[in-house]
Amino acid sequence: MMNESVLEKLKILAESAKYDVSCASSGTSRAHRKGGVGSTTGWGICHSFAEDGRCISLLKIMLTNYCIYDCAYCINRRSNDIPRATFSVTELVQLTIEFYRRNYIEGLFLSSGVVRNPDYTMERLVKTIKDLREIYHFNGYIHMKSIPGASQELIREAGLYADRLSVNIEIPNETSLQLLAPEKNFNSVLTPMQYIHQGVSESKEERRKYRSAPRFAPAGQSTQMIVGATDDSDKDILFLSSALYQHSTMKRVYYSGFVPVNSYDPRLPVLKHPPLIRENRLYQADWLLRFYNFKAEELVDDSYPNLELEIDPKLAWALRHPEKFPVDINRADYEMSLRIPGLGVKSAKMILIARRYGRLGASQLKKMGVVMKKAQYFMTCNELALKTIQEITPGQVRQILTRKTGKQEDPRQLKIIFDNEE
Amino acid sequence: MITFIYDQSFEGLLCSVFEAYEQKIIPGNLLSENTPPTLFSERQVKITTDSNKARRVWKGLQKKISPAALPSIPMAWQSELPGSDWLLFQYIYKVFKTPDSIELNFGDPIVLKVVQIAKKVHRERHRVIQFLRFQKMADGTFFAATEPLYNVLPFTIEHLKNRFAGQTWIIYDMKRNYGYYYDQRQVKEVCFQQESPVLQNNQPEQHLMDREELLFQKMWQEYFKTTCIKERINPKLHRQNLPVRFWKYLPEKNIK
Repeated sequence: MMNESVLEKLKILAESAKYDVSCASSGTSRAHRKGGVGSTTGWGICHSFAEDGRCISLLKIMLTNYCIYDCAYCINRRSNDIPRATFSVTELVQLTIEFYRRNYIEGLFLSSGVVRNPDYTMERLVKTIKDLREIYHFNGYIHMKSIPGASQELIREAGLYADRLSVNIEIPNETSLQLLAPEKNFNSVLTPMQYIHQGVSESKEERRKYRSAPRFAPAGQSTQMIVGATDDSDKDILFLSSALYQHSTMKRVYYSGFVPVNSYDPRLPVLKHPPLIRENRLYQADWLLRFYNFKAEELVDDSYPNLELEIDPKLAWALRHPEKFPVDINRADYEMSLRIPGLGVKSAKMILIARRYGRLGASQLKKMGVVMKKAQYFMTCNELALKTIQEITPGQVRQILTRKTGKQEDPRQLKIIFDNEE
Repeated sequence: MITFIYDQSFEGLLCSVFEAYEQKIIPGNLLSENTPPTLFSERQVKITTDSNKARRVWKGLQKKISPAALPSIPMAWQSELPGSDWLLFQYIYKVFKTPDSIELNFGDPIVLKVVQIAKKVHRERHRVIQFLRFQKMADGTFFAATEPLYNVLPFTIEHLKNRFAGQTWIIYDMKRNYGYYYDQRQVKEVCFQQESPVLQNNQPEQHLMDREELLFQKMWQEYFKTTCIKERINPKLHRQNLPVRFWKYLPEKNIK
């Protein structure tokens, strides 16, 4: 049954699915069940890394790449002349299980182009993962895309089989979205998000009363925004992310540097390369929101609507707020320690524990993994303070930290200087 | 300076701590039986390994440090790094000497070093779990070969037993020449006689493989190629995330 034609379909449908950047396989812990295939670990495992450096954790694939929509940024838009294919449920199921048994993947990431109408498409997706769970007893991870505009009943059903559900916002503001994806609007994205949120919260409530109540998308939901396809600022993006994270079920917002797949479309900008540095800065800012107790308005505001590309957002914040530094590492609370550039969650926690045993000095901090190159200007420890941001200006600190460290000159090598003769 | 000589087993290590307290000696070094004596060693004490003594030390450790910190001792031991035994000796000795638990005193260089080595080993264990690749053999057994940096196979069994409970499998450490066999009930340690799993180019010979094995490998290879976004290619990041030492046994990195 598995043959070359399945191989062809796999190529076509993986090609169509790859621009969705979500890859997490975390958030659900489920032990092996007798007669079933697999388990989930709770923290997720990356089984390989593609040559673009992105992790491969799930078999990221579309059920079909036929689509009735014509979104400008999407490779699968109906006006594109690309090879199209559709998997049968058994083909997809067998592929997933055989890959899984060989330890290639953690599970399935299933998405689809919209055929006929949202509900019809959603129904086929739900049927696939239902079969995978109930007929083939697949116990690994399943991430399913919820189709914008699908009904609440279908989302309710999907949540019973999927570990994570997601709907992509793609464009951070309504007018740009309308321009690039005329068939979609914010409502068609936010409504299913709301349904998922309700489903997860209700199931949690139920399970508090009855242990046997069914779980609903235990790994919550995620979403994705494309960066650089429209002229929205980082402020627009981060304020929206921060609003989304207010929902407890929203686990991740992914940022996808715009890859011009439809370069012929005049509505889209012409880019030589995807905006990878900006994307990276957004992820750093996202981390600050989720793990460092930063607020979006501390990172970007009307006078700084975009993150700096040259330095990371935490350092940028510190340079704008020299009055908060230096921080005494032997006294400061966790919140303030986290604000020191060069100090991460792990080292901040380690310091908090270790300083109970005695005052900490620079060499110990270095061994614990603090990036002293950055941190030295923003903290004091057991030793006499070196030059901190108070002694030298923020401007100078910036200069020192952004200095290009090119090839170091060998001091033993004599230099011969040729003066330019006129 | 007094040097302890032991048999290089984990039990032997625990016994040397026992003897240090029993005989009231603080050794200056811990060496294996077959290393030549060092220049400055004035006296050598030979430690005989005794399971009972080792068990008493282990029980003591269980009382002195938390269940969260305890596994870092065998983890660091399995690193097989030169000098890690001496480091662990000092760590365990200190655990008993100090009234309060030292496990969180990261300002202490010995504690920090043990934690860091254990973390390295733990990461290697995770990499094996990530990058292990099974191949289905003609008899239905799934076979995976690997060459981890540290001796981490024992730490992977619990995970693999849970995940691949419904299939028969073998994992094998090619560098240390031993492995584990799971028959869907229990796990046994195995050691192949010379060249028993006939490997050619790090793959079992084709006639020993399941009929569809190569097809699925091909599908995986194609998937791996396709899912990469060409505009974002980043070889440095690729190698950083997927260390070259694992490539040998990854079908996706051995495309013919």
